[in-house]
Amino acid sequence: MDYQLSRGDKVFNWFNMVLVGILTLIILYPLLFVVFASLSDPRQIFDHVLLLWPRGFTLDGYKRVFGNSDIWMGFKNAIIYTGLGTAVNVIMTTLAAYPLSRRDFRGRNVITMLFTFTMFFSGGLIPTYLVNQALGIVNTMWVMIIPGAISVYNMIIMRTYFQQNIPLELEESAFIDGATDMQLLLKIVLPLSTPIIAVMMMFYGVGRWNGYFDAMIYLSDRNLFPLQLILREILVQNQMGDSVNQAIMTANQSEVNSLKQSIKYAVVVVSSVPVLIFYPVVSKYFEKGIMVGAIKG
Amino acid sequence: MESSVRKKLLPSAKGKSFLKQRWLYIMMLLPLTSLIIWNYIPMYGIIISFKDYSPAFGILHSPWVGFDHFERFFNAFYFKDVIINTLRISLYSLAVGVPLPIILALMFNEIRNKKYKSIVQTISYIPNFISVIIIVGMVMFFTSPVDGVINAVIQYFGGEPIDFIGNPRLFPHVFVWSGIWQSVGWGTLIYTAAMSGIPQDQYEAAYIEGASRLKCIWYITIPAIMPTIVICTILATGSVMSVGFEKVLLMQNDANLATSEVLSTYMYKAGILNAEYSFSAAVGFFNNLINFIVLYLVNKFAQKFSETSLW
Repeated sequence: MDYQLSRGDKVFNWFNMVLVGILTLIILYPLLFVVFASLSDPRQIFDHVLLLWPRGFTLDGYKRVFGNSDIWMGFKNAIIYTGLGTAVNVIMTTLAAYPLSRRDFRGRNVITMLFTFTMFFSGGLIPTYLVNQALGIVNTMWVMIIPGAISVYNMIIMRTYFQQNIPLELEESAFIDGATDMQLLLKIVLPLSTPIIAVMMMFYGVGRWNGYFDAMIYLSDRNLFPLQLILREILVQNQMGDSVNQAIMTANQSEVNSLKQSIKYAVVVVSSVPVLIFYPVVSKYFEKGIMVGAIKG
Repeated sequence: MESSVRKKLLPSAKGKSFLKQRWLYIMMLLPLTSLIIWNYIPMYGIIISFKDYSPAFGILHSPWVGFDHFERFFNAFYFKDVIINTLRISLYSLAVGVPLPIILALMFNEIRNKKYKSIVQTISYIPNFISVIIIVGMVMFFTSPVDGVINAVIQYFGGEPIDFIGNPRLFPHVFVWSGIWQSVGWGTLIYTAAMSGIPQDQYEAAYIEGASRLKCIWYITIPAIMPTIVICTILATGSVMSVGFEKVLLMQNDANLATSEVLSTYMYKAGILNAEYSFSAAVGFFNNLINFIVLYLVNKFAQKFSETSLW
């Protein structure tokens, strides 16, 4: 559209751009603040009203974070749970989404209803807990990997993607060549579905990496704790474990406090880095094609 | 549904037997097993809210007690407070959280500079990918009365520091607006997708007629995304009793309990911390039942007054 803009439209444009710019800065600033603060001397952060760059540059917080054995352990566990859990999620979601995307699949409507009903009604916390207890997986790594294999919402997005992007003719010609449905899925459908698989990995992976609640109720063995539970101790409960113990022996209270602050800022940055690395890779797929699937579901 | 027409035309498709589709059923095997174990068996487990569950007897053999647990919950002196707290936070979240992504998506949609648009959109999505623990940690960085950013600003201008999280009156605001900060950008995505399907010639025709930008938004864009708005609103109301459970739990402390104790945190404490399984399951069942009824009613309402509904 390259027609002449009226005066009113020009004013509208500018007003809109500036307003959106301000809102974006409000969304962005807290993130930048944490990054800057993590690189700053905590005693200088509030010398001026707003922190717009690292003040009194230091890497002390990061040194303490990387010197903390709990954080390393949490990282290791989180990587295991996220890696295996996401694999389970993506495989199971694909296995459910593909048959349900096939309009000739008998029982499709009944099974779809069984899945969607769980979006609106569930047994709740305690009955689910009892199931996991009966299975004997409470306080093992499996409880962090196997339950919750399918998010119905994601399954519907994937199903709709298959329906809209895999040409029927392709499937039919494969049938004529004598392929089974499984071969069809593995050799024809999946190679055409990289974008949706990438997005699913991102959605599930972020959920696994960021989740804390299941770990909190199901794990009591500290050696199994994922990173988020360690973060909870540091950020919410103000417990730092071995990173500050040494400092407490030697320093006064205000130094301990400022050390705690810089550990908090640094740990937020460190734990968010894995997610933010994957984000740009996948974000280009977020566009219309995939989310349209969510609307039509 | 072009393929359903085809199905009728092609006799071979109609006569497809179970055996012929065996691979499709084999694929469904694992997902269905998982669905039954972790979704449907827990639904069956709800019956413990009508029993006195003890691990020794198991779900089946624990004695029935009828509605005892529900009565105890409804008669508890904190019942009214917990319900009011839950509704306060969730209705507040709905009132702000449903319209704001729509407005922001409309604003994004009116940006003509493609590069600027994609930068602001991408930035606005980021907070959605940050964990709730970090969000709460950041809320504390910002609102702490001792070394929080907002209080530093207040003090800079000569004000008294405010304990935002510890104050029961301020708690709902801090909770809801930090949630908006996290989710508003990501919430626009579904509307942006819906808007991308609007044919450009509608806008061109409106322009030739001399319609202003605001008129275009009002008469073209909003009607086009109305079905999406209706669906998103119905879905949002379907969790009216659940609130952001994981976040409330993290932000809760003794000082703000007066407004921060909601149904789900209450259920969690009774069930997991005090091991009152049956009582907690009853509270959870009540919670889910109300959610489901609200969803059902709102959907009925949508069926009546608009062309879109969930089912």
